[in-house]
Amino acid sequence: MLSSTVTTLTVLLIIVFLFSEGLSVFKESPLEGENIIVLNHNNSVSHISSSEIKDIFDQKITNWKTIGGANDSIILFTFNDISNYFSEEELGPEFEYLPAKMDSLLESESGMIAVFSSKYLLKNHQSKIIQADNITPYTFIAGKEWFPTANPAVQLGVLPLILGTLYVSFVAILFALPVGLATAIYMAEVADEKTRRIFKPVIELLAGIPSVVYGFFGLIVIVPLIQSTFNLPVGETGLAGSIILGIMALPTIITVSEDALRNTPRSMKEASLALGATKWQTIYRIVIPYSYSGISAAAILGIGRAIGETMAVLMVTGNAAVMPHTLLEPVRTIPATIAAELGEAPANGIHYKALFALGCILFLITLIINLWVEFSSKKRRLGK
Amino acid sequence: MTKLDISRKRLAEAIAFWIFRLLSLCVMGILFSILGFILYKGIHVVNWDFISKMPEDGMTKGGIYPAIIGTLCLIAGSMIFAFPIGVMSGIYINEYTKDSWYRRFVQLMTANLAGIPSIVFGLFGMSLFVNKLGFGDSILAGSLTLGLLALPVIIRTTEEALKSVDDGYRQASLALGATKLQTIRRVTLPVALPNIITGFILSIGRVSGETAPILFTVAAYFLPKLPSSIHDQVMALPYHLYVISTSGTNINESRGMAYGTAVVLILIVLILNLIANGVRRYLGKKYKTH
Repeated sequence: MLSSTVTTLTVLLIIVFLFSEGLSVFKESPLEGENIIVLNHNNSVSHISSSEIKDIFDQKITNWKTIGGANDSIILFTFNDISNYFSEEELGPEFEYLPAKMDSLLESESGMIAVFSSKYLLKNHQSKIIQADNITPYTFIAGKEWFPTANPAVQLGVLPLILGTLYVSFVAILFALPVGLATAIYMAEVADEKTRRIFKPVIELLAGIPSVVYGFFGLIVIVPLIQSTFNLPVGETGLAGSIILGIMALPTIITVSEDALRNTPRSMKEASLALGATKWQTIYRIVIPYSYSGISAAAILGIGRAIGETMAVLMVTGNAAVMPHTLLEPVRTIPATIAAELGEAPANGIHYKALFALGCILFLITLIINLWVEFSSKKRRLGK
Repeated sequence: MTKLDISRKRLAEAIAFWIFRLLSLCVMGILFSILGFILYKGIHVVNWDFISKMPEDGMTKGGIYPAIIGTLCLIAGSMIFAFPIGVMSGIYINEYTKDSWYRRFVQLMTANLAGIPSIVFGLFGMSLFVNKLGFGDSILAGSLTLGLLALPVIIRTTEEALKSVDDGYRQASLALGATKLQTIRRVTLPVALPNIITGFILSIGRVSGETAPILFTVAAYFLPKLPSSIHDQVMALPYHLYVISTSGTNINESRGMAYGTAVVLILIVLILNLIANGVRRYLGKKYKTH
């Protein structure tokens, strides 16, 4: 009794842990560590989003008017600029005069924005501290820039990662579905028993090969091949990922759709043959329509596999977190991002939590896919 | 129907079947070229020294002994945990529950667990076992994570194996006055055993090749010593292959090592598959004749 609930328990635990870590990303400030943003006290801007901070420090936004302030040009100050403003004597040993200097500097420059650690803030400061907006679910999902370690404010937009994942997976299925379906039909309807006995274990073996081995093969064979064929600067592209994922999705597609094809009642096939239809006519008029939902389940499951696949994709796609335009550019998927970055993200920091939030997105995508397949197959069983 | 129509139909059929045959051969071709390429390039690297020595010179020379031992530890650890629970769970679902909402719910959850990407297991293992329960990066944390991953496979195969046992056996045993537990232990399980063992072997194959779940729970980049307790980190074959083929200090010089490691991984899967098929055939025959 207890043992049978273990899977339910595990799924629930996964949900609890993943989401408690992942959702807490929305409670974090996008500023690194103890950093605060300080302005001249006359500045009317009272809060600022993390993408605005980035644009300001990239000097894409140069006037306070752009983000709703007065018409005044923006002067940047970060901790690295400190020697441009103050000499070592002025700062004193261990920066003990820095808080006072900082405060008067900010008060003398009306357009200055400064980012520094809160321990250098003067106790009775005149300058104004403003809040950086927390990451919202909307900016998280729809943001187009993923710079989880950017300074002064991290950029956590996962849209390029989500699109990269879907893009690579769908193209993979585009390769794999026709080939897989043809093989399934061949095994279920055309081949004799002897051929089937060879095919079946070979496909099981194809399913059993570890994903790193596929990744390794992709890295040393497919990547250089793509690089030389298309004359690219790098061969690690979305296309390489799609090809490898397509190969890896083949066993799933073949076994699931073969099962579906085999479920066609014998009487239906025989009726068709008795009416004078050829075997091929019977297959595409009777067998394929009958097992349509099973075949679509195979395609969806194949996509699910491809979306969740980590290591092979990590090794061959080049991992550039940019919006994907063509398949001949490096792309980065959600699982690859988690695998590549979690090791370097400090525990419980915003980057760490953002990666868990990515895990939540991945979990939800695959959960929806599984439930979809499960319920559509149930409907099919009831329909019979 | 004219003669022409019939011959045209025949032609269409012949063309379609040839396309299927060709594409199927393509699938076989892909598999054999992957296997063939790696075996051809790597088989000469694999010898006794490669299997029994520590890595040397920034993992460009020497062997992969610690990675093999690490993978064996992880297999043993995960199976000790997952196999009994998985089999018990399968027995309970198939023998004790009726076709109720509860059974359907448990089956749905098992299917969902099977569909969760391995990297999510890695995240979960890191957050629960490594951080919350304080196991740290250790064989214990890695084995538990891998065990959870293997659970649905074992439950599924146990269920399927029990389902394929003829109800006549159960009824005969019960009619002779055996209790339900006796029936399961003496009659149902022995008949279902070949398929359960097959599932067990295949899940070992799955566990030995997984990389994503062990990235953050146990795997060490380079650790030229053997583990002394379940709280140690270990190297593991799939992670070792990943490391030396992508981020080693000397990617070109460690290529040979990478090929060799890939060959060892493939051989493990190949041998496990062969054993699984053998068991299925051998024990299947044994019980059929009884």
